[in-house]
Amino acid sequence: MITNVLIEEVVVNLLRQSVTRLPGDVKTALKKAYNNEKNPIGKTHLKVILENIEMAEKTSTPMCQDTGIISFYLEAGSKFRDLHKIEDVIRKAVRRATKEIPLRPNAVDPFTQKNTADNIGRHIPYIHWKILKGNFLKITAFPKGCGSENMCALRMMTPRDGLKSVKEFIIDRVIEAGGMPCPPTIIGVGIGGGSNIAMELAKQALLKPLDQMNPDERIARFERELCEDVNKTGIGPMGLGGDTTALAVKVEYAHRHPASYPVAVAFQCWAARRATAIIDEKGKIEYITNNL
Amino acid sequence: MKTIELKTPILEEVIRKLRVGDTIYYTGTLFTARDAAHKRILQHLQNGKKLPFSINGAPLYHCGPLVRQTSTGWTVIAAGPTTSMRMEAYEEDMIKNLGVRLIIGKGGMGEKTVRIMKEFGAVYGTFTGGAAVLASKYVKKVRDVQWLDLGVPEAIWVLEVEKFGPLIICIDSYGNNLYAKVQAEAENNKAKILENPSL
Repeated sequence: MITNVLIEEVVVNLLRQSVTRLPGDVKTALKKAYNNEKNPIGKTHLKVILENIEMAEKTSTPMCQDTGIISFYLEAGSKFRDLHKIEDVIRKAVRRATKEIPLRPNAVDPFTQKNTADNIGRHIPYIHWKILKGNFLKITAFPKGCGSENMCALRMMTPRDGLKSVKEFIIDRVIEAGGMPCPPTIIGVGIGGGSNIAMELAKQALLKPLDQMNPDERIARFERELCEDVNKTGIGPMGLGGDTTALAVKVEYAHRHPASYPVAVAFQCWAARRATAIIDEKGKIEYITNNL
Repeated sequence: MKTIELKTPILEEVIRKLRVGDTIYYTGTLFTARDAAHKRILQHLQNGKKLPFSINGAPLYHCGPLVRQTSTGWTVIAAGPTTSMRMEAYEEDMIKNLGVRLIIGKGGMGEKTVRIMKEFGAVYGTFTGGAAVLASKYVKKVRDVQWLDLGVPEAIWVLEVEKFGPLIICIDSYGNNLYAKVQAEAENNKAKILENPSL
């Protein structure tokens, strides 16, 4: 039977999984980066990263002290029970996870500068819904550190700029960001729509598994080319030089207004934390990212 | 590129021997400070108020740790570096007034800090960003915590660490900045990258 308690448990588990163990595709990409790295300082950083990941897993400890700004991406079947109660359940789970795991309290009132101490605040955690046909709930926990978040950028380009300018915008942001977003990063790019749509798409691009190719061949090629070009900058791990600056570039797009060409770039640090589970109509839980 | 072990108090003559690319392991006391703590420290200094903790040649660590409070005190769970650039506006005064000779952080710092480090004899060392569980392994004791009213990540944590490293020297006391060098090279590479007509 599905109860609020069961959903709360799943959300706490997802938060714990996400902050203590990286998805397999991210770990594989980091190991590959380590094996390929020729710069000695870059290699040292990648070695420390891999050791840290292993130790976080073994001790079930958050891999980074910045357990991030917490977002949830939900896909719900329209027949799933009590959809209107789920946001409250999630908030309760975040409060509990903050104490139990623990997570660092990261919700600060921008006017009073007071930290709420439980990761709950206005619009925080951020919850994104998609309602589909059926009877299930798919939850993705997406805690994102702010070293990389602070490097996100949006430009409202003009339509005549085109893809070459998109590339230049991305390369400029990568160079300017240097070591600050904790490279090797994953770079999400959102093109089109309006300003909010472009950034939302850039963020959602970060949730795609790195080993899954874009089904649109044109975009897959563009992503590969962008990633190679980002790596040719030589910014390297932690911005101190080397062969891997980005593990992947992922692109999402929306149709644009004839007069507008928004481009959003979202940086994700190497600690690319995400965890997904599906609850079916009978309450059966399947953890997809980390099948423990 | 040499590897050395450093202990408190950190003397200028030792700092002056370090060059960009060197690696250090630090043993002794350090104190954390992020944006809000820097602001308050400098307000204290401006108003001639005494700080509630002593620095005595200890390094400054840009870090907002993840901690747990137990019946016996505080435990540091994860304590990797935070982005140093946010503190760029403050470090000239911190180095001049508090005598900080080693700043530990990530992502590098700007020209103002590079200049004062050269003048005063201070260096910037980086620990791998995000490697917070590993970093916490080197923390042997929480000595003190001050200004918890700023929130746990922004408070001043006085920590005892043992062989904390590898800390890679990225800004030395001779005006060398490894981040700026890598970024300048990347700028040079950019022209070639954008020439690529494959799009």
